[in-house]
Amino acid sequence: MSVTKAPPAHPAEAAVRKPSTRRRLVPYWLLLPGILWLLVFFALPMVYQASTSVQTGSLEKGFEVTWHVRTYWDALTDYYPQFVRSLLYAGTATLLCLLLGYPLAYLIAFKAGRWRNLVLVLVVAPFFTSFLIRTLAWKTILADGGAVVDALNTLHVLDVTAWLGWTENNRILATPMAVVCGLTYNFLPFMILPLYTSLERIDGRLHEAAGDLYATPATTFRKVTLPLSMPGVVSGTLLTFIPASGDYVNAELLGSADTKMVGSVIQTQFLRVLDYPTAAALSFILMAVVLLVVTVYIRRSGTEDLV
Amino acid sequence: MPVLRWIRRNLVVLAGLLTLAYMILPNVVVMVFSFNRPKGRFNYAWQEFSLDAWSDPCGVADLCGSLSLSLRIAFWATAGATALGTMIAFALVRYRFRARGAVNSLIFLPMAMPEVVMAASLLTLFLNMGAELGFWTVLIAHIMFCLSFVVTAVKARVMSMDPRLEEAARDLYAGPVQTFVRVTLPIAAPGIAAGALLAFALSFDDFIITNFNAGSTVTFPMFVWGSAQRGTPVQINVIGTAMFVIAVAVVLAGQLVANRRKSNAGK
Repeated sequence: MSVTKAPPAHPAEAAVRKPSTRRRLVPYWLLLPGILWLLVFFALPMVYQASTSVQTGSLEKGFEVTWHVRTYWDALTDYYPQFVRSLLYAGTATLLCLLLGYPLAYLIAFKAGRWRNLVLVLVVAPFFTSFLIRTLAWKTILADGGAVVDALNTLHVLDVTAWLGWTENNRILATPMAVVCGLTYNFLPFMILPLYTSLERIDGRLHEAAGDLYATPATTFRKVTLPLSMPGVVSGTLLTFIPASGDYVNAELLGSADTKMVGSVIQTQFLRVLDYPTAAALSFILMAVVLLVVTVYIRRSGTEDLV
Repeated sequence: MPVLRWIRRNLVVLAGLLTLAYMILPNVVVMVFSFNRPKGRFNYAWQEFSLDAWSDPCGVADLCGSLSLSLRIAFWATAGATALGTMIAFALVRYRFRARGAVNSLIFLPMAMPEVVMAASLLTLFLNMGAELGFWTVLIAHIMFCLSFVVTAVKARVMSMDPRLEEAARDLYAGPVQTFVRVTLPIAAPGIAAGALLAFALSFDDFIITNFNAGSTVTFPMFVWGSAQRGTPVQINVIGTAMFVIAVAVVLAGQLVANRRKSNAGK
C-alpha cells in the first residue's frame, strides 16, 4: 500500500499510521469471527461425526469410541442400493437440468433482448415460494388420472418408460420418474444461473466472426459457444449434483419405499432409529463419494479445457 | 413448409420457453389451488372455487406461528451472516495474510457439501455439547451455511471496485472511517444487498439442516413437511402465493426505480 510512503502531514497522523503491526493485524480481525464460526460449527462437527462413526453402544448406556470400523462395512452392504440410487437419480437429474437449462440460459443471454430482465426474474421467481410447497404441487400435476398421466398414457409413452423401469402400473407418482422430475425441477435454477453468467460474457463478435468464416450455426455452437461456456457447465453441474445427491425431500414426497435415497436413510437412522454410529458412517461415505466425484470431474473438465 | 422452417429457426427459443414453462407450472398450480375447497384432508385434487382460505390465512393451528418463527430466524441469520461474510470478503480482497488457501477452502467446503452431511454432523456436535435444540441451534446452523454464499456475493463486487476511488478520498483528507462509510460502503452495497437477499432466501426456505437441528421447534418449511403427512391445508398455498406475489412485486418495483434512475441520468 502507498499509505506508508506518504510523509505524515502532522504528528497526530503519524501516530495513527506508524504502528504498522496494527495495520497488519487488520485482516485477521476481519476474518476472526466468521472463520471461528465456520471452524466451530462446520469443521469441528465433522471431527465429532468422525468419532461418532467409530463408536459403539446404546442410547441408555452411552456411546464409546471402540474403533468399530465394521460399522462402515455394514452401512455400505446394508444400504448400497440407496447409495447407487442417489448417485443415479442425482446424475440423471443433473443431465436433464443441463439439457433443459442450456437453451433457456442461451435464450436469456442472446435472444431475449429487452425481455431479458423479465425472463431472469421468472427464473428466480420460483425461489420465492417455499420449495416444499412447490414440490407438493407436482403431486397434483403428476396425479393418477391427471392430464399429464392421461396424455402420456394415450401416447403409450408410459408403456415405454415402464419397460425401461422408470414407471410402474401406468402411473408416474411413486416411481423413479417422479423423483427425478422433482429433482430436476428443484435444481434447475442452480444450473441456469451459472450457465447464463458464462454465456453472457461471450463477445457477440465471436459469433459474427465464425459466421464470416463460413461456419454453420451448428459449427459455431460446437466450436465457439460451447467451449466458452464450459466454466458455466462445470459449476452448474456441480451446484446441481451435490445438493441433489444428498436430497431426500423429493424422494420422500414424490417417491415410494422403492425410491428411497441415502439422505432418507441418514435422516431415519439419526432422528428415528437413533443409531448414531450408522448415521455418521453413512453420512461420511456420502461425503467421501461426493468429494471424489467432484474432484475427478473438476480434473477431467480442467484437462479438456486445455486440449 | 413455412411452419416447420419457422420452428427449426426458433428451436432454441422454443426449447427455452418450454423449460421456463416447466419451472413456472408448479407456481401456477400453487396459486390456483389456493382457491380450492378440497374434499378430504389433502389439497391435491380440484373440487370447487372458494375464498375461504384467503379470508382466513391463519385459520390452521400453528401455521402463522411457524411462519413468524421462520421470518425471525431468517432475519437474524441474514444479519449475522451478512456481517461476518462481508468482513471476510473485505479481508480476502483487500489484504494479504497467511493461510489464505486454508481460509478459501473453509469458505468453499460448506457449499460443496450435501446438506444432510452438514445437518447430521452439526447435530452430533450439539448432542455432544448437550445443547438444547431450538431457536438458537437453528440460528447457529443458518448463519453457518449462509456465510459462504454472502462471502461469494460480496467478494465479486469488492473485486470489481476501483481502488483509486478510495485513494482519491484519502487524498481529499478523508479519514479511514470516513472513507469506508462515504466511499467504500456505498460502492460495495449492491454486493452486500445481493448476499443478504440470498442469505434470507436460503435461511427462510431451508428444510434439511433445520429439520435435524430444530428439536421440537417448528419452522414454516417443517410445518409444510408435517402437513404433507397429516393433510395439507389450503392456507399453505395462500401463504406460498402471497410470498410469490410480494417478492415479484418488490423485484419489479426495484427494476422500475433502476430504469427511471437510468433514464434520468441519461437526460
